[in-house]
Amino acid sequence: MSETQKKALADYLIALADDELILGHRDSEWTGHAPILEEDIAFANIALDEIGHARLWYELAAAVLGADPARFPDQQVYFRPAAQFHCLQLVELPKGDWAFSMLRQYLFDAFEQHRLAGLVQSKHKPLADAAGRIRNEELYHLRHTRAWVPRLGLGTAESQARMQAALDELWPYAQALGAPLPGELDLLPASWVPGSSSLFDVWSREVREFLKEASLAVPEVQGDVESDRTVHSEYFPTLIADLQEVARLDPEAQW
Amino acid sequence: MVTDALKTIARPSDAQIWAALAEVPDPEMPVVNLVELGIVREIGWVEGGLVVTITPTFAACPAYEVMGTSIVECLRMLGVEHVAVQVRHEPAWTSEWISEEARQKLRAAGMAPPPHHQGDLIQVLLYPVECPHCGSTNTTLRNSFGTTPCRMIYTCDDCKEPFERFKPL
Repeated sequence: MSETQKKALADYLIALADDELILGHRDSEWTGHAPILEEDIAFANIALDEIGHARLWYELAAAVLGADPARFPDQQVYFRPAAQFHCLQLVELPKGDWAFSMLRQYLFDAFEQHRLAGLVQSKHKPLADAAGRIRNEELYHLRHTRAWVPRLGLGTAESQARMQAALDELWPYAQALGAPLPGELDLLPASWVPGSSSLFDVWSREVREFLKEASLAVPEVQGDVESDRTVHSEYFPTLIADLQEVARLDPEAQW
Repeated sequence: MVTDALKTIARPSDAQIWAALAEVPDPEMPVVNLVELGIVREIGWVEGGLVVTITPTFAACPAYEVMGTSIVECLRMLGVEHVAVQVRHEPAWTSEWISEEARQKLRAAGMAPPPHHQGDLIQVLLYPVECPHCGSTNTTLRNSFGTTPCRMIYTCDDCKEPFERFKPL
């Protein structure tokens, strides 16, 4: 592997991990607060899975960089400044109401299924192996959100209105899913990763159809969409401060 | 040389080690053990001692650290002083690795075992699920998620009992 490829692959993996970590963190905020017990359990499990997937991607990045895979994930999560994270603003947004979190999870997971299907075909075997493992677990998430989106969209006037409001807010942020990940353009020629823009086209057709059937109208996107992963939302520094506070109090603590 | 030979003699056999590992219960489902769940993949001697390779079920399974500790303790009882537990993620764990015996134990404990799926998870999730209590397939999914990452929750529409199912993976 050339130095350029190494750097590109590590950047790509860390961006994937950052998305999973931050989405998992937001999902975990539902623990103890979901509207019904079953959904409390569901969101807690989804959060755990996403954070577990983040760890897998960080460990893979550690292997590429020659870092210690036992320590690297914690270093990335607890001791990296907010400005060095490369997650999408889509996953940073506060959890909102339950409709908002459910719809965000659906939009993200529906895209992720396509990306993972592409990564399973990767010519870089460790990437293909990890994607295969994550894809099977993620099927359960998508099955869950695909059951709830129409249930809420076609439910009561209130659930429909909340879902529509969530979609109006989320849709512009979701457009950034189609922007290339860090490192992607260097990894594409060797077929190590799928191209985000073609995944986005497939995803966009699929979710538009699905949302329409759930009585939800996809809004027009006005103006530019921020797809630069180095630009974060106003909510992100607070999220990272919460996430890192305890670890930073005593970095050498043994748990 | 003599002491080296003695060390070799004192080593338990692979069969003894596997038998001991088959006594280590799963921390969250103690009716089944780590070997029959397919979590213990390999044992091997290296210069410093014994290496046990495990593959956790779900990527985020929080129980695997406890598994490591239990494995080390169990092998100490067998006289193996130096044990390293190594986690391997590839190939990924699949419910196809759960033995027939373990499936029967799960069913007896009131948990529906995962069906065989030959890798096609999407299809297998459409199959009817058999109630472990009365055998009826007239059952309803209540939650794709349960008390651990590897479980989902159903109710039986005939005997009316709720039950957990081990997720096919």
